[in-house]
Amino acid sequence: MKKQVQFTLNGTRVNREVPNHRLLLDLLRDDIGVTGTKEGCGTGDCGACTVFLNGKPVNSCLVLSAELEGAEIVTIEGLKIGPELHPIQKAFIQDGGAQCGYCTPGMLMMSKALLDENQNPTEDEIRYALSGNLCRCTGYAKIIEAVQDAAAMLRNR
Amino acid sequence: MKRTEPFEFYQPATLAEASRLLKENGPGGRFLAGGTDLVIAMKEKGLLPKYIVDLKRVPGLSGIRENSDGTITIGALTTMYAIETSPVIKKKYPFLAQSAAEVGSIQIRNRATIGGNMANATPSADVAPSLIALNATAKIASADDERSVALEEFFRGPGQNIMSADEILTEITIPRTGAQLVGEYIKFSPRDMMDLAYIGVAVAYNLGSDKKCQEVRIVLGAVAPTPIRAKNSEALLEGKVLTEELATKVGDEAAKESKPISDVRSSADYRRAMVGVMTKRAILNAAVGPAKSWLDRRDRRY
Repeated sequence: MKKQVQFTLNGTRVNREVPNHRLLLDLLRDDIGVTGTKEGCGTGDCGACTVFLNGKPVNSCLVLSAELEGAEIVTIEGLKIGPELHPIQKAFIQDGGAQCGYCTPGMLMMSKALLDENQNPTEDEIRYALSGNLCRCTGYAKIIEAVQDAAAMLRNR
Repeated sequence: MKRTEPFEFYQPATLAEASRLLKENGPGGRFLAGGTDLVIAMKEKGLLPKYIVDLKRVPGLSGIRENSDGTITIGALTTMYAIETSPVIKKKYPFLAQSAAEVGSIQIRNRATIGGNMANATPSADVAPSLIALNATAKIASADDERSVALEEFFRGPGQNIMSADEILTEITIPRTGAQLVGEYIKFSPRDMMDLAYIGVAVAYNLGSDKKCQEVRIVLGAVAPTPIRAKNSEALLEGKVLTEELATKVGDEAAKESKPISDVRSSADYRRAMVGVMTKRAILNAAVGPAKSWLDRRDRRY
């Protein structure tokens, strides 16, 4: 009940045997030891475990590792650009877009997905894009501000 | 959160092979599409499949196709996000794109597929009423057979559909519609996002220059064991000139046709009352034209 899979994780090739039932989230955190991605609800409601799978943001708590052959995965660890933090990360730091920080990796990944498509989002568009990401500290105002500032940084780059 | 238990995992490269795997391995197998229902059922509801057959390696099951005869085919593995953002769907059937956008979050919609959503047969599935209102058909294949059924006939009850274990829903086809088709889907839920529909109402009709409503279809979700057509309500509106008074009457009739239950989300009485109100608004909103944004879509429910 195991499977050999080959995929890339943040640009690095990974080739390993995975139990069929291992969730991508657990594969990342427990087996590979890349722990930036968090588990919140475990049922696709909170977005804390958001990673990019083949270029699209998904809940890693609902992806089976056995599906990963040929996949391209990017986690929060893969967001920075070389040694530099990504403008989205800089904006979250600058604006206080993180309180306890637990939802932050998911918020950052989803913000990246939004800003990849739309570099000048309205507040409503930001709220729409982040609707699957819950912040238990309720720090939404600062998060939205951070996304707006990140958008400005990206536009002025 | 509970973890999934071990199971065998297959990734067939053809439909026939996928179907045969279910037939030969017997009970306890499940097809996997996006996994947003299946994996949650395994983690939360104690579902223990003996084996899983992943359909995502079967070529040709995803994508939206405009056919030369004016029909549109949506592959079963097409994601909700692909439907929500499809230029063709947004142009021809904006209310179908909207109903796909009502499902979960963007992360969920990047995984959840239309075929998986139909096969899972949740009475509150947002896309089902819109597709039935569009008279859609489902193509179902097994190793040695293929058939088409009206989506209206596809559902049998909560979690139940007409397919046998080795049959696979491969595509949904929307027949050619009139150029004057208008429609609206209202998901009624107190939360703007990330909730199941308390009720869902899809309405589609042709609105001619004479202002008469033709080929009316009104489909209700989450108020019966399956999505249901409100046929008496359709008949009340058919061939008539739309007025607010008539829309109210049609809504009242739809409330009578609904068969809701009481559960954690809502009482049956409240659901029935809201079917009346939301059917009326869906009929009137459809005539105005598609919603401009998700805020517009939300606000014009009220």
